[in-house]
Amino acid sequence: MSNGFSLGEILASVLIVLGASFALIGSWGLVRLPSLMERLHGPTKASTLGLGAMLVGSIIYFQLVKGEWTTHELLVSLFLFVTAPITANMIAKVHLHRLRLGARPGPAGPPASAGADSDWATYTAPRAGTPGCFDED
Amino acid sequence: MMNRILPHPGLSALLVVVWVVMVNDLTFGALFLGLVVGLGVPKFTDAYWPARPRISFAPAIAYVGLVLWDIILANFVVAAIILFKPERDLRPAWLAIPLELDTPEAITVFAGTISLTPGTVSTDVSACGRFLLVHALHAPDPAAEIARVKARYEARLKRIFP
Repeated sequence: MSNGFSLGEILASVLIVLGASFALIGSWGLVRLPSLMERLHGPTKASTLGLGAMLVGSIIYFQLVKGEWTTHELLVSLFLFVTAPITANMIAKVHLHRLRLGARPGPAGPPASAGADSDWATYTAPRAGTPGCFDED
Repeated sequence: MMNRILPHPGLSALLVVVWVVMVNDLTFGALFLGLVVGLGVPKFTDAYWPARPRISFAPAIAYVGLVLWDIILANFVVAAIILFKPERDLRPAWLAIPLELDTPEAITVFAGTISLTPGTVSTDVSACGRFLLVHALHAPDPAAEIARVKARYEARLKRIFP
């Protein structure tokens, strides 16, 4: 490279700026989207790629610039992918409970029905014989 | 006999790999401690996790690749919606997706995939275990969105968890 930057440094900085932009867009979504369920989409997704790009940038920086092989970033992204849906699910379930207690639903209206003879598991206990139900009968 | 020492071989292998990656060092000591964790944890948690899902690995690896690619695309789609779509054009909707998967592991992976990919968050499962409640950020045609998710992810998961 002409003015003293190595390829690794340039790649790493591009990835870090890209990741930071996605994190910023995710936060902006949190501010501008209309209600809780829509706001949940911004941070759960825009930030997965944001953080992913920053972690790849970190791997490249340590590999090409410092000459060390690091693997911690892979673990961070693995745990992020395993835990992000659970956080979103917990917030969404609290939202369902609040809807039942009379909170105003967002632009999507109240949740769709779960068939004619059933309800969502947040509202009633799972029946015996459903997948993952450990009741013996 | 083998089942009593190694109740969940896949989990054991995963724990050893995660341990070595966490220590960031492939030495005998790290590998040995990893083996202790990898053999011990499945053994002591076995009582809470009696059944072992059958998984076919080749389609599972292809599925991970597909989902990673979709996550990257999803981020651009959601970023475009956040930046450029005015609120009056946004059509958020609840989807009740009928499930054909019938094991808890498969349904969990399906729900996790939905949460990680384009503009959808899985919210709840029905008490009868046959529907998944999903919130979509922008779904002008909910029926088409349900068909897309089922064709793209559920059909593949049915092959992974036969």
